[in-house]
Amino acid sequence: MKGNLNLIIEESRTLKAIARNWAFCFLIFFIVIFSFTGKGFLSIVNFQNIIHLSVIAIFMAAAETFVIITGGIDLSVGFVMGLSSVTAGKIIQILFAAGNLSVGAILLTGSVIALVVSLIPGLISGIMIARFKVPPFIATLGMWGITNGIALKICKGFPVASLPDELTKIGNGYTIYYKEGSGISWFSLPAGIANDQIREYLRLIPISFILLFIVIFILRHILNNTTFGQHTYAIGGNEDAAIRSGINVQKHLIKIYMLSSFIAGMAGVFNVFQTGIGNFTTFGAMYELFAVAAVVIGGASLLGGKGRLLASVVGVLLIAVLENGLLISGVEPFYRYIAVGLLLILAIVIDQLFPDLF
Amino acid sequence: MSYLIETRNITKRFGGLVAVNNVSFGVNPGEVVALLGDNGAGKSTLIKMISGVYPNDGGDILYNGEVVKIHTPMDALANGIETIYQDLALAENLNVYSNIFLGREKTKKRLGLFPVLDHGYMYDESVGILKKLDIKIPSLRNNVRTLSGGQRQAVAISRSIYWNAKVLIMDEPTAALGVAQQKQVLDLVNSLKGHGIAIILISHQMHDVFEVADRICVMRRGELVGNLVKKETTTEEIVSLIVGSETVQ
Repeated sequence: MKGNLNLIIEESRTLKAIARNWAFCFLIFFIVIFSFTGKGFLSIVNFQNIIHLSVIAIFMAAAETFVIITGGIDLSVGFVMGLSSVTAGKIIQILFAAGNLSVGAILLTGSVIALVVSLIPGLISGIMIARFKVPPFIATLGMWGITNGIALKICKGFPVASLPDELTKIGNGYTIYYKEGSGISWFSLPAGIANDQIREYLRLIPISFILLFIVIFILRHILNNTTFGQHTYAIGGNEDAAIRSGINVQKHLIKIYMLSSFIAGMAGVFNVFQTGIGNFTTFGAMYELFAVAAVVIGGASLLGGKGRLLASVVGVLLIAVLENGLLISGVEPFYRYIAVGLLLILAIVIDQLFPDLF
Repeated sequence: MSYLIETRNITKRFGGLVAVNNVSFGVNPGEVVALLGDNGAGKSTLIKMISGVYPNDGGDILYNGEVVKIHTPMDALANGIETIYQDLALAENLNVYSNIFLGREKTKKRLGLFPVLDHGYMYDESVGILKKLDIKIPSLRNNVRTLSGGQRQAVAISRSIYWNAKVLIMDEPTAALGVAQQKQVLDLVNSLKGHGIAIILISHQMHDVFEVADRICVMRRGELVGNLVKKETTTEEIVSLIVGSETVQ
């Protein structure tokens, strides 16, 4: 039976495309279903919200995609994000209180330092994994604890507040504000409009989309079109072959974990802009596990060698649409976990049934 | 006589154990030399010294009549000595031409700035090398996972030849293959001869050895106990050399 099914799918290009992108088909399917069941689900504003609130999860999944393709796992991304967030927050807070620099310079300094700091956990776990052959699970679990501890130490267990208002204006801002009669205004509300009038305006293309688009475009380019990406797949497919082909596998793995950590750091900086405070990652957030789930739903294999960046993004959006759609349709939020669990199992089953498709 | 690759009195010790003892042998261009011997006879160790996996403790390796230092696999590759291991060292999740270019990918500049993989070039070059060696593979864009054992062997071999292998070391190339695929691989070995490649073949299958080898070297307990021209020997003689009831110099 399995053989027959495989053969049928092998024969037909359309079926093959559907089987390969089943997560995307599910995404469309759920959007259609929720459009009927949830009032207000099918609207540009709601879709913008779903994506805007998924930016961090998408970054996490992108980071995890690179690591999982090499056959590893990075459990530290969630707390690296927290570390980066409180680091940026603390620096911005101190500089803002001192008041010597312009707000732009303050935000830039805080962001850059936080991004540089976020490279360090990846460097350490990368060295542990590549040089000392520590299993990725353990090395990044170590970093999971360490980065969490350091983040809590920096912020003393409280979110870093009293930051400039410009943060959220950028982080939650839109490219286009439109109101019938008063025309289009770019990047900010027209002057003299009070904040409580904001609802009268149609807000399009959150600024976060631009960041998201650029980051995903670059990462996808790296993974699909460069030697770096090719070697990432090769290491996941057959590490021995990669070594014998003259690829410096140790160096490459260190770079991979640094990249993953850096992307998590970007998520942390973005988090400061989105919320206006430096947040430590709470213990129950489980960003790393949802990221792994999204990547696997996107068709990657934890054994390595397989995975696509855009498919991982689809994995995140699938989880986000489920969450949003169930909520709007009035279903109790607990079902979200059940739905994600079922999707995960489905992903593995599909992968087992059609190993040659991906 | 000028061999393309030659060892002179080469020796390898592991602690007190002499794995390879004073072995001298050589291969001419376009010649297939089969290396036979029981398990533990020292065949693999000898091969690994030539391919740079183990540095030799004594003796010399000569390439084209000149002494060369081969201490790492990279040294061997630089001298055109390529090894096809039993597990083939292919990334099964990548397609055929990506495997041929693995680790040595061809890139081009996009917008004059960013280096990107030049898929077109790699594809065309791979088609060329497969055609030259008369290898038929359905599509070079298919993952290696979808190929048969013989086709994978052919991919591994054509990768070596594309990267200018002059000496090809093959470790049990037919061991895991079906009958038809064994024949494909042996045909390929025969056609490589025509391209002037020196081939060292390790095999347990007497039938393969007699089909493609020009000369047969037999090792026993780290020593070379026989170096025979195929046409002048018989299976019985070879077997008795392997098990140790006879020595021919």
